[in-house]
Parts: sequence; structure tokens; C-alpha cells
Amino acid sequence: MVASFGPVALAAVIATVFGLLPLAISALLAPRRPNVVKNSPYECGVETIGPTNVQFKSHFYLYALIFVIFDVEALFLFPWAVTYTQLGLYALIEVGIFIGLLLVGYAYAWRKGALEWV
Amino acid sequence: MTLPLCPPAVFICDPFGHARQGLYAVLGAFLPEPIPTVALTVLAIALVLTTVAVVVMSQVWAERRIIAFMQGRLGPNRVGPAGLLQSLADVVKLLMKEIIIPTQADRIPFQLAPLMVLVPSLLIWVVLPWGPGLMVTDLNIGVLFILATGAIPTIGILAAGWASGNKYSLLGGMRVAAQLISYEIPMAIIVLVPVLLAGTMSLQGIIDAQSDIWFVLALPVGPIALFLFLVAGIAEVNRSPFDLAEAESEIIGGFHTEYSGMAFALFFLAEYANAFAVSAIASTLFLGGWLGPILPPFVWFFLKAYLVFFVLIWIRGTLPRLRYDQFMASAWKVALPIALVTVGLTAVQITLHAIPGGAGIQ
Repeated sequence: MVASFGPVALAAVIATVFGLLPLAISALLAPRRPNVVKNSPYECGVETIGPTNVQFKSHFYLYALIFVIFDVEALFLFPWAVTYTQLGLYALIEVGIFIGLLLVGYAYAWRKGALEWV
Repeated sequence: MTLPLCPPAVFICDPFGHARQGLYAVLGAFLPEPIPTVALTVLAIALVLTTVAVVVMSQVWAERRIIAFMQGRLGPNRVGPAGLLQSLADVVKLLMKEIIIPTQADRIPFQLAPLMVLVPSLLIWVVLPWGPGLMVTDLNIGVLFILATGAIPTIGILAAGWASGNKYSLLGGMRVAAQLISYEIPMAIIVLVPVLLAGTMSLQGIIDAQSDIWFVLALPVGPIALFLFLVAGIAEVNRSPFDLAEAESEIIGGFHTEYSGMAFALFFLAEYANAFAVSAIASTLFLGGWLGPILPPFVWFFLKAYLVFFVLIWIRGTLPRLRYDQFMASAWKVALPIALVTVGLTAVQITLHAIPGGAGIQ
């Protein structure tokens, strides 16, 4: 475990340094002269109207819900794929049933228009 | 038929392996055990990250030149021979530019977001094999690691869009989140095809399984899987024609509208590092990775990855941007069913022992 995932943790630390380094150099070299106009939101020169964090389409959440279902499905399929050649026909039928059940929900979501971007 | 491989004993065929052995012998002579291994791992990671920086600069140059030629322009040709030093000049310029933090921005997430996007993009490179045994670490869940790490930048992009306090940024951030999670599904399902054929999730194992036949030639599923992987991959890295997250004509620059100087450059670096990683993963999973005759394995790795990246540039130079509703619908209504059917077909083919070249049979 440590032998194979230790380098990943090490890489995460080094990659963070790798990202901070140019920011540090930039902090030394770059000018810092903020003013009111420069720091205003960039919206094609037009003043922003109203608050920024407004409500947005509920469709984003619908997609997120369907995503969770299918991502978990994909996750379950990985161990199946690795051991598939040893399991044979039995595994094929079982996964067929598993995906079939999900496809019912998929068809329902499709029918209800959850996949439609209106 | 089969051409001779580059023998690993020859120095030029495996310079990194020879360097590693030599350094290990020198360090191991006077240091206790964990220190040489850790030191070599740090060196390897530093080498990989340096390579990422160089590769990204070459990519930016190649992309600008090739797109320019496709559009009948010259592209950058002033700085250095054929404009080769243009990217370097751009880096220097960006270093000297002020990083503007807007008044309405949420300061901490705003400044953390570029790192949250960059670090996972760099982590993917740790598991990419450049040659036999030539990677920082050979994870037995390599493919899953790539998918998991590749999903983390979504959070960073969402944070960037939200923290900017700009409506265009917010829209861009939300678009990226929806787009990335939508194309994550076909991507995750389609990589099951090489995993099924190889019977392992380790990238090294997947390449070893392709020594007889590249998975792209495992008809009929191979080409379909590669095509779908590239489509999902382009969507995952926000490249044209799927760059709706930063559609200049609609939402200025999307989530990085408010970023400037080096903070913007980090997003840019992450984007190109990801684009090259997708090319390298596509060549690893479907085109045999570092497998190839005569030339050293690491040359083959970069050759194939650059070749796939050229295809990405070509696609960018050819196709117009999609409309958002069509784009989202095609993820759920076209890509997902095709991916599921392809995986099912692969499983059936393996059961029937009908894969060309005997792949998938242990």
C-alpha cells in the first residue's frame, strides 16, 4: 500500500509546490496597483445589475442526481471487468440483470424529460 | 512480421532505467534503505513535472502553429526559430503581470482554485508508463485512479466560477460542472473495454496485454471505444468543439474571466497538461502505449501521445462549437447507450472467444 500510494502523496506535495512556485515568483516580479475600476467585475464594460449568486436552472441538479446513479454503476462494473475472464457466463448474465435494472430508471428519466435541456 | 524491440540493456533504449539503477547503486552504498528509494521517487516526480512544463510549452506552440496553417495564417514565428520560444516569452510575460483580485471576489477560494485545478492534473502523470516499469508508481487500480483524479478539477473550476463574483464566471463554472459529470459517465464506462480485454486496471498490465494486438484493432469494439473515449476526453478537458465552458462568444471566458497573470496561467497549464494526459491515456489504453519496434519505448510513448494530440488539434481546427443543449443531450442520449452496448459486446465477445488476436483470454 505505502509502496504504491506513497509516491502519489509525495507527488501531491511536490505538485502543490510546483504550482505555488510561479505564484511566488509572480508575487515578487509583478506590480500590485489595484484601483476601484480595475477591481470591478468584468462584464463587457456594463455595470453588474443585482446580486451575482442568483438562483439557476434546476436542471443542473437533475443531471447531478442521474450522475450519482450511473457513476456508482460504473464503479461496480470495474471489479466485475477485472475478474470477468475467470467468472465466465454467470457474470455476464448477472451484470446484464444489474444494468437492465438501471436501464429501467434510465428509460423513466428519459421519458420524464430529465435528460432534456430546456 | 515482428520487428526487433529496442533491447533494454542498451543505454539509449532505456536511459531513465539505467540512470535510476546507477543512482540507486551510488546512493544505496552509503545511505540506509528508505532514503535512496524516497530520494529517487522525488527525483522521478521532479522529472515528470519538468516534462509536463516542457510538453505544455511545446503543445501551445504546436497548436498555435498548426491551427494557423489550417487557417492560412503564419502563427507565431518571431520569437526564436519558427517561433519556438514564443511560449517561453509568454510565460515570462505572464509572470510580470499583476494578479487582479476583484473586489466582489471570495478571496480564499478565488486564490486556491487554480491550485485545486492544477494539482490533480499533474497527479495523473504519476501513473503514466513511459516504458517497461518506467513510471513513478504502478498502481494496481491505475485506470480508476486516473478517473478519480480527473474528476477533482471540477471542484476547483466550480470554486473559481463561484468565487469570482461575476455572472459570466458563475455560468461558466456551472456549465463545466454539468459537462464534466455528464461526460464522466461514458468515459468511465468505455474504459471498461480495455480493462475487460486486459483483465487488469494497472496501466502496465493493460500495455502488456496489448503485446499481441493493440486494443484498437480488437474488432469491432476497439475503434468504437477509442472514438468514444476521445469524444468524452475532449469534453472532459474542455477543448473545442466542446469548450462551452469558456465559450468566448457567449460568456466571455467562462470560469477564468476574472483571472489574470500567473493565476490564469495555472488554469492554462492544467488544461494543456490534461489534454496531453488524455492523449497519452488514449494511446496507452488503445494504441499499445510504449510498445513499438526499434525506437526506445519512451520515444514511442511521446510519439503516440503527440500523434493523438495532433488529432485533437485537427478536430479543433475543423469543427465548430456545439450548442449547449445538443451537447448535453448527446452525452446522455447517444454516448451513454453506445458505451453500454460496446461494453456488453466486449463481454459477449470474450465469452465467445471471438476477440481477434486472442486478446482477453488468459
